[in-house]
Order: sequence, then structure tokens, then C-alpha cells
Amino acid sequence: MTDRSLLRVQDLVLYFRTSAGVVQAVDKVTFGLERGEAMVILGESGCGKTSLAKAILRLLPRNVQRYDGSVFLDDMDVMRLDDDDYRRRVRWIKISMVPQAAMNSLNPVLKVGDQVAEPMITHFGVNKKDAMTQVRRMFEHVGVPLDFVKRYAFELSGGMRQRVAIAMSLVTSPDLILLDEPTSALDVLTQANIMNVLKRIKKDMDASFILITHDIATSSELADRVAVMYAGQIVEVDTAEHFFDEPLHPYSKKLMASVPRLRADQEPEFIVGQPPSLLNPPKGCRFAERCGFRFEQCSQEPPLMDVEGRQVRCWLYAEEFEKVHAREAGA
Amino acid sequence: MSDSTVVQEQSIDTQDAGRSNGAMLQIRDLRVWFELRRFGFGRAGSVRAVDGVTFDLAHGEAIAIVGESGCGKSTLMKTILGLYQPTDGEVAYEGSAVGKLGSLGLKQYRSKIGYVQQDPFGALPPFMSVRAILEEPLAINNVPARERGERIEKAMVEVKLTPVEDFLGKFPHMLSGGQQQRVVIARAMILQPGLIVADEPVSMLDASVRVEILKLLRALQASHDLAVIYITHDLSTVRYFSERIFVMYAGKLVEKAPVLSLLRNPEHPYTHALLAASVDPDARNASSLREVPPGEPPSLVRPPSGCRFHPRCPHRIEGLCAEEEPPEFESRPGHQTACWLYR
Ligand SMILES: Nc1ncnc2c1ncn2[C@@H]1O[C@H](COP(=O)(O)OP(=O)(O)OP(=O)(O)O)[C@@H](O)[C@H]1O
Ligand SMILES: Nc1ncnc2c1ncn2[C@@H]1O[C@H](COP(=O)(O)OP(=O)(O)OP(=O)(O)O)[C@@H](O)[C@H]1O
Ligand code: SF4
Ligand code: SF4
Ligand SMILES: [Mg+2]
Ligand SMILES: [Mg+2]
Repeated sequence: MTDRSLLRVQDLVLYFRTSAGVVQAVDKVTFGLERGEAMVILGESGCGKTSLAKAILRLLPRNVQRYDGSVFLDDMDVMRLDDDDYRRRVRWIKISMVPQAAMNSLNPVLKVGDQVAEPMITHFGVNKKDAMTQVRRMFEHVGVPLDFVKRYAFELSGGMRQRVAIAMSLVTSPDLILLDEPTSALDVLTQANIMNVLKRIKKDMDASFILITHDIATSSELADRVAVMYAGQIVEVDTAEHFFDEPLHPYSKKLMASVPRLRADQEPEFIVGQPPSLLNPPKGCRFAERCGFRFEQCSQEPPLMDVEGRQVRCWLYAEEFEKVHAREAGA
Repeated sequence: MSDSTVVQEQSIDTQDAGRSNGAMLQIRDLRVWFELRRFGFGRAGSVRAVDGVTFDLAHGEAIAIVGESGCGKSTLMKTILGLYQPTDGEVAYEGSAVGKLGSLGLKQYRSKIGYVQQDPFGALPPFMSVRAILEEPLAINNVPARERGERIEKAMVEVKLTPVEDFLGKFPHMLSGGQQQRVVIARAMILQPGLIVADEPVSMLDASVRVEILKLLRALQASHDLAVIYITHDLSTVRYFSERIFVMYAGKLVEKAPVLSLLRNPEHPYTHALLAASVDPDARNASSLREVPPGEPPSLVRPPSGCRFHPRCPHRIEGLCAEEEPPEFESRPGHQTACWLYR
């Protein structure tokens, strides 16, 4: 771990029990994140993005079938903490989250200022007056007019409610903020406003972000690095420069080709077929059924391979991978 | 002769105009206001959701209407569908005013327009099978029972819900988002309409499924010579889909232009703002802030005087924009902009 390293997720697994069988929503997910860095997690609906966020933040439903792996925060494996310790030392304090559709789940009978103050009062024992001072500071950061502290959620536009939800995730000054689809339900101008807010916070507060989304164009507004998820697994981890220029994994390539461009004459193409069921995912590469490059080896599960600092779960890169390994072994 | 002069001449007698220029749909100075609920005495005012909209739609033409949430897009569509009565102005279909149709005429008219409504996940009744969902409009329109099976199968093949037998008995929750949306489109197509109104048909779907559904709609448009009105707030999808774009702001169409003309030479400051805020995927996006006009869309109960965009406009002309409402100016053939900068 470098001294800038903040988070290291290792072989994280989260399965759910359902009447139809076990849903393998998060399957041995591994990635790392540095301080001040923003990682985007991209993937189609149902691929396990929200489940991954919940697994990191240990916000688990009752029907968990399997939950294991490691989550190192600084140097502590928080998976080893018991629930009480986790709540006291990690959630809100080190990691906070803006859940999917947060702007629609603000409490309708509480003034938004009181709602934003709440985590500080309950988790840090801050008194009401100091908490409200901090709330005002955060409202300034995210661009909510100060007199809105006394308003109710229904009196605010969608964009303003989303800013309030972001302010709430910031009040406890966590090291890491998880954002689950923070702009998907919003208009372009509101989206651009929210992304501007996040860019400013990232710079001013040296905060780290994990931004979960299926909106590829918008994700490039914040990303330092990109992780692509497919059917419960990470299939590529790349720098934003590499990824948006030319990703490695066949799925990532098709995903990029499906984005309609405003400023290029490139007709978007869709990916034929559907992702596999997470109830009984295929044995080999999970993308094989939709992949134009498939060959014999693909009937076995490819590992996440390191190719010159970029990680990809695809047999096409095995040769590259072997070469780099051989070079390292020789050196 | 420019298009705008044609428009002015036709508005003198709409009933004949439909026949004279062959437009399928003519919207003339349409206003749809919702009265606010009153508290005590006096009137609380109205929400001017659509406030003076004029355009023609040709047979087989695809247009897109782009604008922010709440600007009146759905209200405009529902009025075209005959679900809302105009407060003022007119919707004419093939030369006859929709407002003057009797109940039978209105039923016939509605059967000629397919509606793909906003929010695919709420659009389908949860306890009906695909077969029952597709049969309903046929039954309502007295299609004989023995013809229905064939019509249902044909519509399903057209939207690629195949093999048909696999899907007929399924209920909406058993289908993916993209498949649900294809059922919605099959339902809109089943009475063989001449016009499809698609209200944000793909905004809830993944990028790849979005492209799939839009391509499907476009293929249907070409093969059936369908006219399509596509409503969205996402500018990046329109160029692959429609021939003209209308930009809507606070109840009004502020710019109407052919797609490439609008994307290459946008005119209205609001259109500029929408384009500046829409990005293509690019790692360099992260190192700069987007330019966004200050403030939020105005109240439609008491909209700003003059140009409705003036409180947010960086090019506002003092003494003019806040006082007088800009008419449409035609700077290039077929490209109309309601902004004083183009006078
Ligand atoms: N509590 C649960 N019990 C059973 N299955 C679940 C549960 N939560 C999620 N799932 C399933 O796990 C899979 C992954 O779901 P998840 O919500 O993580 O996807 P996502 O990538 O966030 O999708 P979206 O983009 O639609 O939000 C899905 O198949 C979902 O149905
Ligand atoms: N039946 C109604 N009664 C009263 N007000 C209404 C009604 N329908 C819509 N409005 C109001 O009219 C305005 C325009 O609404 P409309 O649904 O047409 O917008 P929209 O452009 O479709 O927005 P979105 O992109 O969010 O779907 C809004 O202020 C809305 O609150
Ligand atoms: S492992 Fe094989 S099937 Fe999977 S993405 Fe790579 S080439 Fe395609
Ligand atoms: S009319 Fe004036 S205020 Fe309105 S958009 Fe044009 S320049 Fe701006
Ligand atoms: Mg999710
Ligand atoms: Mg709408």
C-alpha cells in the first residue's frame, strides 16, 4: 500500500438467498482506491453495483446467504469489526453514502437542515447549535441557499434535494463518499450542476469518491479511474485516460460503442443479448455468450489479469499477462 | 417563400390548411393551462404548462422535443392525444380540429395515434399477461376475436419479442426493462397508427438497451412510414433518431430546426446551455467545470415577463428582453428561433 492508499477491497462476496435460489450479486470483487481519487463503477442495471456499495458499507438486507472478503480502510480490515464497532468507527465517520434515489427518500416531515444535522448529532454527539453551523457550511459547499435549512423536502426541486442529500453525506467529513446513481433521474443542466459540485468538493476537501452509475458520458466528468462490472464481477479496472480512449475488455468496448455521441458522427451500436442470470451464472467467462472474440479457453473463468497496470478479466490478454509475468520473474 | 410565411398564411384558416400543405398534424398557438386549486375566494392562478405552441408535422416525419423537467412536454403530448382540452388554440389532424370531434370521432382519432408513455415500469398493468395487454386495444376497437391472434403475433414479431410463444403468457415482472418497453411499443403499434408519440421512451433504460429501442422505433418508422414525436431531455440521442428538433422552455418552443442545423449552429442561448452541459465520454471532462446558467426554470404560474429565459440569460438585451416577448425569427431556411438576438 502506498501512503496515499485509502481503501483496498479484496475478494468481496455478497450473495442473497431467494425462493428461486442464490443470487450471486457481488462475486470476488477486488480493487483499490487512493486518497483524493474518484473511482467510477460502471455497469448495466442488475449487475450488482448497489449490492457492492452495500457490501462495502455493510448495509445488508436480511436474506444474505454469503458475505465475506476483506475491506481494508487505511490499514484496518473493517470486515473484522463487529457491527457495533463498525457503526462507531466506520459508517458516516470514515465512509458515507448517497443512496440511489436519495433525493426522493428525504424525510417529508423534517426540515432539511435538521435532517442534514442528524448524523453529526447521533454519531458524534455534536450539539445542535454546532451541528447547524456545520450544516450551513455544507449547504454553501453544495450550493443550497442558506435559508433552505428551514424548508421541507417537498418545497425543493429535484436538483436541490439531491444537493441536500450530498450535503448530508459530507457533514461528518468522511474520507470516502459512495454515490449511487446521483444524477440519473435529473435533467442535463441539473446533472451538470451536480457534477460541478462534486468536482469542487473533491478539490476543496481532498475527499475520495466511488461513483456508481450506468451513465457513461456523465461518469467521465469525475472519474480518475474506472471499474467495469458485469454480472457480479469486475471485468476491467483502468485509468480514465485509458478507458475513455480505448478500453481493453470486449464488454467495455461494446459499452463505449453504445454511447450516442453529440460531437462525432459515430452511429451507436447496441449489445446483442442480455447479461446472464445471477442465479446460475455460466461457468466460464460470463460475457462469452455475447462476445465476438470467444474461443475455447473462454469456457473457463478468466482471472482478473494485470496488463501493464491495467486490469482485465479476459483470456485475450493472457499472453500479454504471461509475458509481463515472465519478465517480472526473470528480473 | 420561407416556411414561416407559409405558417402565417395557414393560420388564417386551419381547416383548409391541412389539405393544402399535406401536414398530418397542425398545432396552432396551443395553450394548455391548469387552474390551481382555490383557497377561499378569488383565483390562485393557472399553471401555463403549454403557452403558445405552433408547429406542423408531416406524414412519416420524426421530430424530437427536448427540454427540462416540467417545461410542458408531456402536457403538450397529452393534448395532442386528446387527453387534455386546449385552453386556447388548436390541434388539427388531417385538416380537422380535434376539439370539434364528437366522442366517436375522438375514439377513432385516438386509435390512429400510438402512445409510448413516460416510465416503462409503470406503463404495463402488472396482473395482465403480454397477450392480454396486446389484446385490450383490439377488443376496445371491436376487432373480431378471430383476427386478434394474428395481429398480436405480427406486432410482437415487429418489435422482436420472439419466439412469440415464449412471451405471450409472461407477466411484466418476468421481463427485462428493454423487453417491457418492447411490449409497450407493440401495444402502441397494434392498431397500425400513422403517428407514434414516444414520451421519454428510453430514459429509464441502460445505454445499450436505449440504443436498441431507439433503433427499433426508427426501423418501424421507416417500414411503416410512421410519423414520430420523440420527447426527451437527452440531446445526444436525437441526432440518430429525428429529422427536426424543437427545444422547449417554460411552456414555449424557443427553437425549431433540422437536427444538424441545430447541433452545428445552435441559436437560442438556452439551446447553447443545453449543448454545453451535455458531454461525450472523455477523460478530459473531469478537469474542467461545465458552464451552467444560474437559477432554475421559472414558475409557470407567474412566468417572467418578456422572454422567459431572460433572468438566466447571459446575452440579455437591457430594455428589451425583460419587456417584450420575442417572436420567432427565421435566420436560415427552416431554422426558427424566438430570441431578440436574431431580429
Ligand atoms: N435483497 C436482495 N435479495 C435478493 N436479490 C437481490 C437483493 N438486492 C439485489 N438483488 C439482486 O441482485 C442483483 C444485483 O442488484 P443491484 O441492485 O446490486 O444491481 P445494480 O447494478 O445496482 O442495478 P441498477 O442499475 O438497476 O440499480 C439483481 O439481480 C437484484 O435483483
Ligand atoms: N394535470 C395537471 N394539473 C396541474 N398541473 C399540471 C398537470 N400536469 C402537469 N402539470 C404541471 O404542468 C407543468 C408541465 O408538466 P409536464 O408534465 O407537461 O412537464 P414535462 O416537460 O413532461 O416534465 P418531465 O420531463 O418531468 O416529464 C408542470 O409544472 C406540472 O407540474
Ligand atoms: S474471456 Fe473470451 S468470451 Fe470472455 S470477454 Fe474475453 S474473449 Fe470474450
Ligand atoms: S430574447 Fe433576450 S433574454 Fe431571451 S434568450 Fe434572447 S437574448 Fe436572452
Ligand atoms: Mg443500483
Ligand atoms: Mg413528462
